Amino acid sequence: MDDINLMEISKLEKSFGGLNAVQDFNFHIAENELVGLIGPNGAGKTTVFNLITGVYKPDNGCIMFRDENLVGMAPHTICTKGIARTFQNIRLFNDLSVLDNVKIAAHKNVPYSLMGAVFRTPGYFRGESEIEAEALHYLEIFNLRNKKDELARNLPYGEQRRIEIVRALATRPLLLILDEPAAGMNPQETQALMELIRYIRKEFNLTILLIEHDMSLVMGVCERLYVLDYGQIIAEGTPAEIRADKRVIEAYLGEDVG
Amino acid sequence: MQKVNNKWLKLGIEVVVLAALFTLVQYLITAGLLKQYYQISLASMCINVTLAVSLSLINGFTGQLSLGHAGFMAVGAYIAAIMTNMLDLPFITGILAAMLGAGLAGFIIGVPTLRLKGDYLAIATLAFGEIIRVTLQNIGYVNGPAGIMGIPKFATWPWLFGGAIVTIVVIVNLINSSYGRAIISIREDETASELMGINTTKYKVLAFVVGAGFAGLAGALYAHYFYIIKPETFNFLKSFDILVMVVLGGLGSTTGAIIAAVFVTALTAALQSFPAIRMVLYALILIIVMIYRPQGLMGNKELSLRTFGRIWGGRH
Ligand SMILES: Nc1ncnc2c1ncn2[C@@H]1O[C@H](COP(=O)(O)OP(=O)(O)OP(=O)(O)O)[C@@H](O)[C@H]1O
Ligand SMILES: [Mg+2]
Repeated sequence: MDDINLMEISKLEKSFGGLNAVQDFNFHIAENELVGLIGPNGAGKTTVFNLITGVYKPDNGCIMFRDENLVGMAPHTICTKGIARTFQNIRLFNDLSVLDNVKIAAHKNVPYSLMGAVFRTPGYFRGESEIEAEALHYLEIFNLRNKKDELARNLPYGEQRRIEIVRALATRPLLLILDEPAAGMNPQETQALMELIRYIRKEFNLTILLIEHDMSLVMGVCERLYVLDYGQIIAEGTPAEIRADKRVIEAYLGEDVG
Repeated sequence: MQKVNNKWLKLGIEVVVLAALFTLVQYLITAGLLKQYYQISLASMCINVTLAVSLSLINGFTGQLSLGHAGFMAVGAYIAAIMTNMLDLPFITGILAAMLGAGLAGFIIGVPTLRLKGDYLAIATLAFGEIIRVTLQNIGYVNGPAGIMGIPKFATWPWLFGGAIVTIVVIVNLINSSYGRAIISIREDETASELMGINTTKYKVLAFVVGAGFAGLAGALYAHYFYIIKPETFNFLKSFDILVMVVLGGLGSTTGAIIAAVFVTALTAALQSFPAIRMVLYALILIIVMIYRPQGLMGNKELSLRTFGRIWGGRH
């Protein structure tokens, strides 16, 4: 199955001062797969995401994405290769409208030139309406179209989380990575989010990697899980296998396992 | 009240208003009805609007603190003056060379400093402004501290007004495009912007170079209106003046920058004989704005027909 892997990470390492945040991290995700990364607080999950997206430079290791090593690339280049993400602590463009937040993500495919913008060519007007139509389409899917003119900062937490996903989708990624997308959501919202994640995966033919603390979400939606503890992978397998794994139960799940 | 959002109607009204303003002033000048004092004020307003709008692109929209706008103005002023005064080239050549030269200076400062996050640009531009001034004081070809005198007075009302309008149109069109959104997203959250596929370094440099280029235009206009330029004209206080206009107007508002530039110029002109009072008033206004309206006059909102519609009709 190696040849259909969308991303393959080997021997990834990152330390902060004396702290080994991630060590000997080996990982693969196939096209169209939905994989979860779980682990206790401080296990290094977000650090892995930051390494994949180029926010941090790994001390060691290799991140192969469609036959290219991402290590050393700038974050915006990695995004143009087809990886988009959301953030554990929401990072929307707060003083801008919801619509503008989504439009910004479409900039990497901007259909007109800078001169076209300055001289207001027909191409500019055409391009702008294309961008707007696409952004509205994404907002529609997430039931946020009626919020398009609101400032991002004024929306409730759950909606901000969803806008982050919309914004990531608007970059037209192949791999979407979500850092605790259900954090702070109530059970109904979480349930709806699960449906939505399944839906967009099918609709946009996406590969999805997600970090989640909410066990019901992880177990319900992921096909395969990696468990991280103290920067190292301690288990890998299907939700059922993970549920039964002794080390995982010790390290993390405890009585939570449903 | 009917919603005014037809873009052609809006554009039509803007063009008519601006043309009327332009023609009125032009008529008053040619008919000799406008006193010298008012003419100078109007010229300064156009130049200051150009400066404030171009700086607001850098400080207001991109969120990068530049403290050396007068330095780019100086580059433009000297290049243009050399072109027309010493090389006898036409004014338009001088203007274009001024913009290119100031833009190039912006590029040279911007590339190394804007690659880094943080306030490196503030330090670099502050130093740049001083270095330009000191360098000019020591170049014999441009008469050192005495400066260049007797520059032809090419910057007539159409040039001044046109310069300000071109600056506004270019920067507003830039801002209201995908490129502008990319630039604004840097101010909002540089990391998120980068992760959404935006080459933040490239766009920071772009905004900075465009802003510097238009400061060069303002310099060219200044030199050919006041027909004398000295290195001391473009000192840190001048940079600070422009910054005050941008902050007063509201970071991220072009209309705010325009209104503040006009207001500050009028105030300066009115208090010409009392420079001390001017500085005190300046400080006072700044303090009051910082306390009661820290986002500036307009915040990041633009003044538009709809704003009037809202005030007038009392509905959104
Ligand atoms: N920039 C940084 N500088 C120093 N230490 C860091 C940095 N980023 C992360 N760490 C440390 O690395 C370890 C892993 O952090 P990380 O955020 O990846 O954990 P996590 O698994 O995402 O945890 P959580 O579930 O709480 O989000 C933690 O001990 C954290 O303090
Ligand atoms: Mg985390």
